[in-house]
Amino acid sequence: MSTAQISLSHICKVFSLGEVEVRALDDLSLEIGRGEFVAIMGSSGSGKSTMMNILGCLDTPTSGSYRFDGISVETLNRKQLADLRNTKIGFVFQGFNLLPRTTALENVELPLLYDRHRAVADPQARSIEALQRVGLGDRLDHEPNQLSGGQQQRVAIARALVTDPPIILADEPTGNLDSRTTLEVMALFQELNSEGLTLVVVTHEVEVAKYAKRLIELRDGMLLRDEINAQPRNAQADLVTLSGEMSDALA
Amino acid sequence: MRWHKLILVALKSIARNKMRSLLTMLGIIIGVASVITMVALGEGSQADIEGEVASLGTNLLMVRPGSVDSGGVSGGAGSRPSLTMDDVARLEKYATQLRWVSAEVRATGQVIAGSNNWSTTITGVAPSYLSIRNYEMERGSFFTARDSKTRAKVAVLGKTVADELFPDQDPVGARLRIRNVPFKVIGVMAEKGQSSMGNDQDDIIFAPDNTVLYRLSNGKTIHDISASAISSDAMESAKEELTTLLRSEHRLATAAEDDFIIRDQTEIVEIATRVTGTLTLLLSSIAGVSLLVGGIGIMNIMLVSVTERTREIGLRLAVGARPLDVLAQFLIEAAILSLLGGLIGIFSGLSAAWGVGKLLGVSAVVNPTVVLTTVLFTGAVGVFFGFYPARKAANLNPIDALRYE
Ligand SMILES: Nc1ncnc2c1ncn2[C@@H]1O[C@H](COP(=O)(O)OP(=O)(O)O)[C@@H](O)[C@H]1O
Ligand SMILES: [Mg+2]
Repeated sequence: MSTAQISLSHICKVFSLGEVEVRALDDLSLEIGRGEFVAIMGSSGSGKSTMMNILGCLDTPTSGSYRFDGISVETLNRKQLADLRNTKIGFVFQGFNLLPRTTALENVELPLLYDRHRAVADPQARSIEALQRVGLGDRLDHEPNQLSGGQQQRVAIARALVTDPPIILADEPTGNLDSRTTLEVMALFQELNSEGLTLVVVTHEVEVAKYAKRLIELRDGMLLRDEINAQPRNAQADLVTLSGEMSDALA
Repeated sequence: MRWHKLILVALKSIARNKMRSLLTMLGIIIGVASVITMVALGEGSQADIEGEVASLGTNLLMVRPGSVDSGGVSGGAGSRPSLTMDDVARLEKYATQLRWVSAEVRATGQVIAGSNNWSTTITGVAPSYLSIRNYEMERGSFFTARDSKTRAKVAVLGKTVADELFPDQDPVGARLRIRNVPFKVIGVMAEKGQSSMGNDQDDIIFAPDNTVLYRLSNGKTIHDISASAISSDAMESAKEELTTLLRSEHRLATAAEDDFIIRDQTEIVEIATRVTGTLTLLLSSIAGVSLLVGGIGIMNIMLVSVTERTREIGLRLAVGARPLDVLAQFLIEAAILSLLGGLIGIFSGLSAAWGVGKLLGVSAVVNPTVVLTTVLFTGAVGVFFGFYPARKAANLNPIDALRYE
């Protein structure tokens, strides 16, 4: 048994739309170890979201096996899957998925509502901490429609962080963000990764992928490329440079 | 899942759609309100009737002329059945199961005192009538056996008559004329108020039985006999004794039917109870139906709510809600919706009972058991009708729910 945190072997996911069958994932095998920072790339429709949903235990593969921390996910029932999602996985959805008319704080607190082992003594304090971590300590009582896209995405990241999971899965977290906010998010991810968190981030932008330590590219549900990025860029440094350029331009 | 959070989430969702929640609750509100109104008024009027019957007298037995099945028109000789003072005398002499016996002779007529006049009923009774009917005197005294024997022209006034004839004077000792016969007022009765039938029980004058019989009536027949059994256990034996004594006094053949009717309080209570009981049953079934409709309304709106909030459910499942958590969330929401409706219903029901009671002169009795049962029942309605929608939500697949448009 490998020590990998995530291990996909011969995963297929087939969607049938009436007569037509779509093979969203086609015999995909892949391992991701603890502490990795992986960027998943690929054109639209290549199966990135489908793979992430399976990794996040939100969806089940048509065939193949998925092991998370050495546990065969196929053997878990709905209750056990819920607990796994709650304690082990932080998921950042493509398109935020925040509860409308609910404050940032309450949105972040949501996973702790289902923390049945009471691992977190003070859910509210922990949620505030998570929001401060993503730089939204002053927006606790704002509802999603009172926040910018970048801020909403950061609330979503805070929600993924709040249960202190060992792995974060993010599906196009920078898809709708400007370059500065994108850099901020990547800097945060790099910081989390340096603390030991495993990160799997989907992006279709090559620029963004350069901050990861490993690049995986999918095409038609198959692995096209899997390589180590020997010299990842430093998002924090780029952010400083960007600010410098900005003030230069203004000067 | 933390319970207080679940309840908070449910309350928020209800508050978010105030109008819709209210309309959903309407069925429950109407159902509960009618149950509460009905029970409060039913128990109230029951208590009123019991109180009134008890105030009629202690171990009271009432004898009226007439036969049970022919409704007053007896067969045989074709003579109208009647009661006389001889009946009363026989009862007084031989009855062992009766403590007191009194005739009731009624006459109506114009009463004049000075420049005031008033038309009322004059009832001739024995001195023991006061004890038989639990009457109280306000002022003066009641007449005596001697007054009865001598056909004394003395009168005791009901409160209404006293107020009408002597608005600013103490009636005791005053004189008045009843159908031109001069009487002396010797007492005033304590106020009794209205009966449940709505007639004024204080619009009355009492005089000795023989006085009314010979001076104001036909000198022969009396209208009723009121008697008091020696104890509540002796009611049956007193009835039997009354029957035997009156049959022998009336010289009825063994095969002949009674030419009198004996009533006691329990019968009066029973009749009243039967009427209110039927009414309560009828109205309660209407209430039951509206509760059922209310429950279906809740199920309907919960189904809508589950569909509307599919993405929310998906998100909750995605961040770690167990199916049971989602089930509990929607069950609690349905239960709160229904309980809230129940509470509003209880308050409207109680106010309605109070208002209607005021209007009809019936008291409304709040029975805590009924209120508690209603609350529990509406909660159960919510849970029952909320179960199907809640299970539908709990069985959703997280990714399908998240993708739901
Ligand atoms: N629920 C679904 N039903 C049918 N087809 C789907 C569904 N989800 C994804 N697909 C198909 O699977 C393929 C991969 O989709 P997806 O994983 O969303 O791609 P990506 O995220 O890389 O853009 C696409 O062809 C898409 O149309
Ligand atoms: Mg996608």
